[in-house]
Amino acid sequence: MPKVKIARKSTPVDMTAMCDVAFLLLSFFILTTKFKPSEALAVVTPNSVSNKVAPQNDAVLITIDKDGKVYLSISDENKAEKQALLEEINTSKNLGLSANEIANFLKASSYIGVPFAKLKGYLQLSQDQIKKMKLEGIPVLDTTNNQLIEWMRAAVKAFQGTKMNLLVKGDNASKYPAFQGVINSFKKNDQMKFSMITNPEGVPPGTELYRKNMSKAASADAEAE
Amino acid sequence: MAEMDTSGGGGHKKGPGVKKGKKLSTRVDLTPMVDLGFLLITFFIFTTTMSQPTAMRLFLPKDTDKPEEQNKVKASGALTLLLGKNDRVFYYEGELAPDGSNFKSATFKEIRDVIINKKKSTDPKDFVVVIKPDAESTYKNAVDVLDEMTINDVKRYAMVEIFPVENQLIAATQGGK
Repeated sequence: MPKVKIARKSTPVDMTAMCDVAFLLLSFFILTTKFKPSEALAVVTPNSVSNKVAPQNDAVLITIDKDGKVYLSISDENKAEKQALLEEINTSKNLGLSANEIANFLKASSYIGVPFAKLKGYLQLSQDQIKKMKLEGIPVLDTTNNQLIEWMRAAVKAFQGTKMNLLVKGDNASKYPAFQGVINSFKKNDQMKFSMITNPEGVPPGTELYRKNMSKAASADAEAE
Repeated sequence: MAEMDTSGGGGHKKGPGVKKGKKLSTRVDLTPMVDLGFLLITFFIFTTTMSQPTAMRLFLPKDTDKPEEQNKVKASGALTLLLGKNDRVFYYEGELAPDGSNFKSATFKEIRDVIINKKKSTDPKDFVVVIKPDAESTYKNAVDVLDEMTINDVKRYAMVEIFPVENQLIAATQGGK
C-alpha cells in the first residue's frame, strides 16, 4: 500500500509588510539624525535641568578639558570676527603673524590652545598635527598672567555691534581653579553674562522647580481650553 | 491553424508539443531586504543624537569696591556651601563660628534638603546662598550646585572665593577620614 503523501507546505511569510515598516523607520531615522560635529576636543559635559538650547552662532566657546587646560574657539560662521580677533591679538602682542598663519586659523573647527609666545609656531601646524600634539592650553591659573583676559578683550572688540554668545564648556573632571580663571577673564572685560554647555537632565520631582513647571504647564493647558 | 496563442497559458490547455512557457512568479524574497533595512536602522539609532546640548545661563555680579553698590547680606540669612574634593560639600549657616562648631559636612544628595530647610526657616528677603568652591572641587560640582539653585528656586546666590580659614577646616575634616 502506498504511503499517503502529506503535502509538505512551506510557510512563506509575506515579508512586504515587515519591509515597509523597516524602511519607514529607516527613513525616519535618516531624516532625524544629526551627526555630532566631529569635535577636536573631547569633553564630557555635566548635566543640568536647564532646557534652553545652546546657541550655535556668534559663539565664543571656551573649552576646559579634563586636565584644566583652556582652549578658545569661535563658531565657523563668524569668519570675519575670527580674523579680527587674531589680528587684534597680533598687533597688541607684536606676534608678527603672517597672512598665511591667520588664514590657517580661519579654517573650520580651529581652536587656540597655546600661550602667546607659542602662537606663531602653533598656527603653522595643520589640524592633524595639532591633534597629535599635547597642547598646554591658554594660561589662566596665574592671576598675573591670565592670557584669556587678553583674548576676551580682543573678542569683545571683534564682536563689536553683534551679540556675542559666551559659552563655557567644561569637562566634569576639570578642577575649579581653571573655571575661576575663565570667569575672572570674563569679569575683567565686563562680560557678565555667559552660558555653560550642559546635557539636559530631568527635573527631580517634588522640588520647587518641578512644582513651578507643573503649575506653568497646568495654566498653559487652562489657557488652551 | 495559424492562430497565435496569446493567452498566458492559464486558460486552456495547449496541445501536445507546444512548449509550456515557464510561469515565473513575481514574488521576490524580501528577507534580505528586510535584513538590510534593520541593519541600517540599528546603525542610525546608535549614531543619532537625540538630545541637543543645553545652555545654563549665569549672570555674574559686578565686582565693586564702593560700599553703596555692594549687596548687603544679612549674616543670619546666609547659607554658605563649600565644595571640597571627592564630591563632598560642607556648609554652615550664618557666620562661621570661630571654633568651627557650625561647620557641617554633607553629600550632594543631602545638600538639597539643607537648602530647602534653610529656605523655609529664613525670611525670603534675607536668604542668600554663598557658594565657595575650593581648589580641589571639580567643574561638575560647581555646575551641580548652580543647578541646585535653579531646582530649589533660590533667587540670590553668589560664587565667592574661598577663605583660608575655610580651606583649613575642609582639609582638617577630610584629613580626619
